[in-house]
Amino acid sequence: MVQVIFTPNLQRHVSCPSAVADARSVREALDHVFAVNPQLRTYVVDEHGRLRKHINVYINDRTVTDRITLKDAVAPSDEIFIFQALSGG
Amino acid sequence: MSNVLHVATRKGLITFRRNGADWAASAPAFIGQPVSAVLTDARDGALYAALRLGHFGVKLHRSDDHGKSWSEIAAPAFPAVENPDEKTPAIDMIWTLAPSGKDELGVLWAGTIPGGLFKSPDRGATWTLNDSLWNKPERAEWAGGGYDQPGIHSVLVDPRDSKSITVGVSTGGVWRSSDAGRSWRLTGQGLRAEYMPPAQAFDLAWQDVHRLSACAAAPDIVWCQHHNGMFRSTDGGETFSEIKEVKPSVFGFAVGAHPSDPDTAWFVPAIKDELRIPVDGKLVVTKTTDGGKSFAAHADGLPGLSYDLIYRHSLDVSEDGARLAIGSTTGNLWVSDDAGRRWSHIHGHLSPIAAVAFG
Repeated sequence: MVQVIFTPNLQRHVSCPSAVADARSVREALDHVFAVNPQLRTYVVDEHGRLRKHINVYINDRTVTDRITLKDAVAPSDEIFIFQALSGG
Repeated sequence: MSNVLHVATRKGLITFRRNGADWAASAPAFIGQPVSAVLTDARDGALYAALRLGHFGVKLHRSDDHGKSWSEIAAPAFPAVENPDEKTPAIDMIWTLAPSGKDELGVLWAGTIPGGLFKSPDRGATWTLNDSLWNKPERAEWAGGGYDQPGIHSVLVDPRDSKSITVGVSTGGVWRSSDAGRSWRLTGQGLRAEYMPPAQAFDLAWQDVHRLSACAAAPDIVWCQHHNGMFRSTDGGETFSEIKEVKPSVFGFAVGAHPSDPDTAWFVPAIKDELRIPVDGKLVVTKTTDGGKSFAAHADGLPGLSYDLIYRHSLDVSEDGARLAIGSTTGNLWVSDDAGRRWSHIHGHLSPIAAVAFG
């Protein structure tokens, strides 16, 4: 199962506990999380499902390459980190 | 006079309440977060605050207990498209919130950047893009004004007829609907854009309207602060007459119509494109009481040397026209209790102010 971990800075706006998902891509993992926690969606992605401009997503230690459809592949042992960028503050 | 004033700042929403001769500030709501718009809906007492979170996007909150507690509600969003790419528009900011008429309790309008007009039938629980305006071919000519993308900053609903709506776009002119937004006409004949080549100076779609404000008791009177100057309409925004040679400047962002006197309005001038500060560094409020034929510049209580700009939503007039508030980009807040002649400095250490609203 992929683990999805959110910046604690998002917690002040909306509940976002770490979650696990049976997923093969970042999109599948996030869709799983949003299905359980719908209010979280608009904080991470915009109305078209794209990563927000000042959100960074990492798979383990590498940044995702597809910020529009989020098709970067993930393996069951991966961790997905959702961070706020230094920009945008 | 209203004894409650909501101030939307870069670092939260702060409510000031009149306490004897002073104004007492509440603890901020949304502390540390940019508040881009605030609406007090006199029809049901609801208070709305729009946030522009730097990382986490546009959010909208409603309070039904005068700001004691808040609930997040839906924010306007563009409808889904097939295969979105990096250029597909998304909401960047809620620029203005406006109530519909008294006959449409709970109906709200929102103007956004980029230039979407949204309607909610249910106090912000759901929002729908106004496709009719969004799909106008002239929208291709809309351009960024103070922001990179064009936006809708003014929504005027005629208190005599909720189906009659006037919208101001920066930049994109004045648009009017007489059928509750099902169809739109580009209006504003007489507006003049000196920043365009001469042949396009009067092109309706190129007008950079900074703010529209209508007289509540005489809604056909619409005042306009435009990038290029000051204008007044006597036909609801169909046509405008330019008000020229007003000292110290005809440039500015904010305008406030008197609620009952169609000949009275307030503006806050500044130097134009070359330098965005008050003229000679002296902040003044200009006021006309004769329909724009003449203006008086009031400086009593305002600083002699300042860099304060009053943005388009940062001038508000109370329902009786006697109490006014202005808030600046430098985080200063002033209130006048005598219709704009003398000003009291209420706070000097707020963050940049996006909007003020009596509640």
